[in-house]
Amino acid sequence: MTTITRREAIAGGVALAGLGTQSLFGRDAVPRQDDNAATPVKLTVNGKNTELVLDSRVSVLDMLRDHLQLTGTKKGCDQGQCGACTIHIDGERVLSCLTLAAAAQGKRIDTIEGLAGGDGALHPMQQAFIEQDAFQCGYCTPGQIMSAVACVKEGRANTDSEIQEYMSGNLCRCAAYPKIVAAIKQARGRMSQT
Amino acid sequence: MRPFSYDTAGNLEQAVRLGALTGQGQADANTQFLAGGTTLVDLMRLDVLRPHRVVNIGGLHPSMGKIQVSADGLTLGALCKMSAVADHPEVVKLYPLVAQSLQMAASAQIRNMATVGGNLLQRTRCPYFRDTRWSSCNKRAPGSGCAAITAFNRNHAVLGVDQSCIAQYPGDFATALIALDAQLQLHGPQGPRRIALAELHRPPNGTPHIETTLHSAEIITEIFVPAGEWNRCSLYVKVRDRASYEFAIASAAVALSMQGDRVRAVRLALGGMAYRPWRAAEAEQLLIGKSLNEATAQAAAAEALKGAQTHGHNDYKPELARRTIVRALIEANALSQDRGAA
Repeated sequence: MTTITRREAIAGGVALAGLGTQSLFGRDAVPRQDDNAATPVKLTVNGKNTELVLDSRVSVLDMLRDHLQLTGTKKGCDQGQCGACTIHIDGERVLSCLTLAAAAQGKRIDTIEGLAGGDGALHPMQQAFIEQDAFQCGYCTPGQIMSAVACVKEGRANTDSEIQEYMSGNLCRCAAYPKIVAAIKQARGRMSQT
Repeated sequence: MRPFSYDTAGNLEQAVRLGALTGQGQADANTQFLAGGTTLVDLMRLDVLRPHRVVNIGGLHPSMGKIQVSADGLTLGALCKMSAVADHPEVVKLYPLVAQSLQMAASAQIRNMATVGGNLLQRTRCPYFRDTRWSSCNKRAPGSGCAAITAFNRNHAVLGVDQSCIAQYPGDFATALIALDAQLQLHGPQGPRRIALAELHRPPNGTPHIETTLHSAEIITEIFVPAGEWNRCSLYVKVRDRASYEFAIASAAVALSMQGDRVRAVRLALGGMAYRPWRAAEAEQLLIGKSLNEATAQAAAAEALKGAQTHGHNDYKPELARRTIVRALIEANALSQDRGAA
């Protein structure tokens, strides 16, 4: 018997829903892309050279999730207010929802999938989030972790209030904030040793 | 998001050529320049900005990304990221107001993306501008009216407004800069020119969709803050609904130079109050030659809010602004004594 993963089931459902939308509103309701807006994009994702031809409207977030199947990076608000889509571009934490893929041309992109070591060992920040129980539903967690890694590297994780200030771009609706702060404090020591 | 063609400018001349149709802030301008993208991509996805062409000028960074401190003043390349300026040691030390206004703005992620030039041009957060389900918005759809005047207007402007638009300029950085008489270096089809930041934003005046005095295709290339003894003793007080990652409901930028216990020079600007970063020049004049205490600070604050017009939900704003000004002036005075003692 063929098994189907949760993600494949979701993807199949979305495709069906998409067809439904098209028949409801007609073809013209879906903005059509003319050929000259197809943009070649060449970049590095988690150390791998990647080449794609994308609609100019595609964000780095949608590129990762829909074109590269890297679904660890989450889409929360899609308007720069929640931080769930936080990734690193050229080593700095940014919001992938507000970055056009075309504008990331030639850049180095790192996502939650690339954080663990080659041997599968978790990054100290991932380990700390588990040990400190720093999430409930987990939806904001990849963004929290990517942001937290950068926060430590920026030298902005010295006190609780500094962590709170420099992590304010990552919202957690489960309000796991105290444990997120605890996880960052745990990881900052181990990160400086690595 | 509507389809658009995408170009990358290799140099300034090319950018100006490709950007021929950028207009003066109109939501339906044919072309938009892309730098950090934090406002542009957001508003394009909301269908508020609807360009047919996007021209990426981020690649001009090498020539437009420098931070220089000299005896004349502070020069910021317009493509510097907010974070680079906020954390620059000399800016932090010599121009604390500039650094603080950036540190208190947005989030760490957004500060890593947004450029300082783009920050000056960020759009209002007026919900009736941002939500296209509302048909009345003179800024987005010229001539359609202003929904905010009769709707929920708690965060709307009280200074310099008229019946055509009460949207508020949301920025902190520009509020700091206007206090310090910043100038902008521009480059456009007619070549370079220099303007005062105070000339950049246009009053609504019935046509709030025309936001700036920039010519079509013109790009801000540099921001200049002139030197002055008041820069070192300067600070930004920001009042907001949550402690971080939030726009101001009221803010005050103060730079102060004291002679003994008398004010020699003072610069005062307000954020969260007007369609633009708002300089309170008359309030400054009231303070020259006086000592700085609660009474003189309150008199200056009253002067700064003279002529404020409220629309119901924002009735609280003038009083909040006055108290914010008093707090900023008193703190600046204490800072001046602290600096003198050091």
